[in-house]
Amino acid sequence: MFESLRRSALENELFYLFLNSRVAQVAALVALLTIGGAALAPLIAPTDPYDIASIDIMDSLIPPVWSEDSDARFLIGTDDQGRDLLSAILYGTRLSLMVGLLSIGFASVLGVSVGLMAGYFGGRFDAIVMRIADVQLSLPAILTALLIDGIARGILPRDKHDGLMIVVLTIAIGLSLWVNFARTVRASTFVERNKEYVQASEIMGMHPLRIMLVHILPNIMGPILVILTVDLAVAVLLEATLSFLGIGVPANQPSLGTLIRIGTEYMFSGEWWIVIFPSGMLITMIISINVLGDFLRDAFNPRLR
Amino acid sequence: MSTVLNITNLSVKFPTRFGEFTALDKVDLEVNAGEIHGLVGESGAGKSTVGAAIIGLLQSPGYISDGQINFMGKDLTQLDQDSYHELRGQHISMIFQDPQTSLNPLLTISAQLIETIRQHADISIAQARERAIALLQETGIHDVENRMDEYPHQFSGGMRQRVVIALALCTDPELIIADEPTTALDVSVQKQILALIRTLCTERNIGIILITHDIGVINEVTDQVTVLRSGRVIETGLTAEVLGTPADEYTKALMAAVPRLDKRLERFRNIVKDDVLSAEDTSWKVAGASAQFASDWLLAEQAESSRQTPQTTLEATKQQSTQLSIEQSTQDSSIELSKKSTLQTAPQAILSVVDLAVTFHSGQPGWFRKKAGFKALSGISFDMQQGQVLGVVGESGSGKSTLAKAIVGLVDPSAGDIFFRGEALPPGSVRARSHQTRRQIQMVFQDPYSSLNNRRTVEDIIAEPIRFYDLANDKQLIRKLVASVLELVEMPQRAMLKYPHQFSGGQRQRIAVARALVARPDFLICDEPTSALDVSIQAQMLNLLKDLQQTFGLSIMFISHNLAVIRQMADSVVVLKNGRLVEVAETEQFFNAPADPYSQMLLRETPSLSLLQANG
Repeated sequence: MFESLRRSALENELFYLFLNSRVAQVAALVALLTIGGAALAPLIAPTDPYDIASIDIMDSLIPPVWSEDSDARFLIGTDDQGRDLLSAILYGTRLSLMVGLLSIGFASVLGVSVGLMAGYFGGRFDAIVMRIADVQLSLPAILTALLIDGIARGILPRDKHDGLMIVVLTIAIGLSLWVNFARTVRASTFVERNKEYVQASEIMGMHPLRIMLVHILPNIMGPILVILTVDLAVAVLLEATLSFLGIGVPANQPSLGTLIRIGTEYMFSGEWWIVIFPSGMLITMIISINVLGDFLRDAFNPRLR
Repeated sequence: MSTVLNITNLSVKFPTRFGEFTALDKVDLEVNAGEIHGLVGESGAGKSTVGAAIIGLLQSPGYISDGQINFMGKDLTQLDQDSYHELRGQHISMIFQDPQTSLNPLLTISAQLIETIRQHADISIAQARERAIALLQETGIHDVENRMDEYPHQFSGGMRQRVVIALALCTDPELIIADEPTTALDVSVQKQILALIRTLCTERNIGIILITHDIGVINEVTDQVTVLRSGRVIETGLTAEVLGTPADEYTKALMAAVPRLDKRLERFRNIVKDDVLSAEDTSWKVAGASAQFASDWLLAEQAESSRQTPQTTLEATKQQSTQLSIEQSTQDSSIELSKKSTLQTAPQAILSVVDLAVTFHSGQPGWFRKKAGFKALSGISFDMQQGQVLGVVGESGSGKSTLAKAIVGLVDPSAGDIFFRGEALPPGSVRARSHQTRRQIQMVFQDPYSSLNNRRTVEDIIAEPIRFYDLANDKQLIRKLVASVLELVEMPQRAMLKYPHQFSGGQRQRIAVARALVARPDFLICDEPTSALDVSIQAQMLNLLKDLQQTFGLSIMFISHNLAVIRQMADSVVVLKNGRLVEVAETEQFFNAPADPYSQMLLRETPSLSLLQANG
């Protein structure tokens, strides 16, 4: 039993390469810790930063425990509202990741379907869709987000707007990232489409939809997986940027970007921890996800090895 | 005659994560000046590894674990990188398989030659240019002064290979390693290139190592030959002796597997079987599955379909004739008999192609401009009889594959009609055809590495047509069928649990045949089904196809560039050239007295196996 498990693990190229890459292992560990911490925030965070009753303005701007005037209740200090910074970061990362995952999900579903169809059918559909993708690429993500935010503000009543902010963010980020999926999937589909196993299915008379989903899609999962990882980092970063600029999530639900924005106001008055810790968290998470993405990209491309 | 290269006891190993793999095992080899030494063997025999070891370009992590390579008094295994680099350019040259990729497409021919010449000799550009002209003339390129400033893509494949040879000659090497120099070329060009190599070898007194998988090439041009198998030397000596009176069983088997141009054999005998099955593989069975079960099931359908679908009287006669021919052929597995019986009842064409033309449009269809096109096929007309094997022959670019694609419906014909069983197939893509028609026409592709979906198990791959055409619904039955069909194509039943990448090329091709077969087709198109396979595997594959054709009375359209294979397989032959039909003839008549000059040329240029023929 153990022997056969070991053998099948050895035969799994990806697993083998992972076992031989210290960098990938460390990155996976860090990513797991940050993502795990964020996911379990309600269980492990010392306080609930959304619970206004538990916040005391008298606790504001307390430095981390190793400095003077610190408070043992707040491990890495508090922000200007008296919120425990550690809890705020955990909850903030959770929110950032959630928005990131949702928007990547949206972008991948849209991009993969468009890319598959463009690559499979080619011709006019391909030409039109890919020009739209080019237009999308020429718009900065922030502009897209501002546009969608503006539209959302215009059509949604004021009180509902805050609650739907996450949806608006997801659509905005998703719209600026779907092109990456569409382009890669289109190129890979083009390659697979001309392989004989696809022709064999066509000769059988299979429906194009079935050929795309059952035959082509599983064969292009490699590149899709790479973009999923790399673009997850980009999405989290975009969310942070938008929140930093104030277009993102409302201030009473702090995401990492919001926390950093609050922190910058205090950076030069000695309260460094408010900006350093959220930024550190963001950077660590982004780097670990990016390193994992690079590892996957190399693993799926034998020529780079 | 002096010895240029002397290899003794050479072993090359490749460490892998599953342990060390021995690519070469104590290989001895001697090459004399003015002599062509052939290295022949099937894939994985280590032919190319010998070449790479000599030139010091073993792919990492491979290394020489033992032995010496003596070249002009020096042991190459002891050289450092710098001296090796000098040696590689000056004294040893290489000719690669694909002239498409061994020339830099962005540099003119003259620039590439002059650069190489000047790297090894301290002469001016003008002098180097003169040398280049002389070399190109020597390799048989006409109008050199005008053509040498052109780019590689402006030359044809054969001409490009001549340029590559000129490049190899730039530095007056003592040894040239030619790794499959003619494999990517058409037969008509192959013979010329081989003749050129021969002349250069004699005139310049160079030692040449010719690596090839083609015994015909070995027979044609080499003086000495070494037969390799799994990294070991099986036999070595004068070509005439080794091929004429092979001593080793493997050499004999290898030669028996080469399809013969001079006569048709009932089937290949004495074939090397090297897939050793593990006990685990052979003992695993699906209950009740057997080759017999598969063939019963496949034959039952033909009886059923003639009962179920109401057909015209003519159609019914045809069905009967099919069955008759099947019964007879199973009783007496002679093709002649089955053919006669078909002919006696009703000489009905299963497939008629009338004035077919296919035009390809280059690039994206313009929105405003009219499409310009390339005529891949024009004016193709022929009939194909029920239960016959039709061979389609032609060189690359002749439109063989396009013809196949037009018949299965992957390519939309621009003119003409295709009649299947007397009914015109609707124009347009496959999807315009009826489910039944699509089922009856199946195809086996050339490249077994891309024709199977790597992400599905063999069971899924073979079961797909059964489910898709609704030929069986019961899960147990489908499983039993898949196992049985695998047995029918001589694969262990346990193969159904694995993924395609776990099989060799020949095994994958068997799986592809099984997939085509379970659809219960009447008409099978085989597009170069064996050209990606080794000769011994090819022989097994051809035997299998013959058996299946006879058992199930299949009509097969067999496409190949290899005339010898066509002779073994086909009842009649169609010759294509540049998208036009050149000749249609019965096989025996075609090979004995080809009518068209082009066919005569094809037959003449195919490497003969004179030594083999003497052997009987």
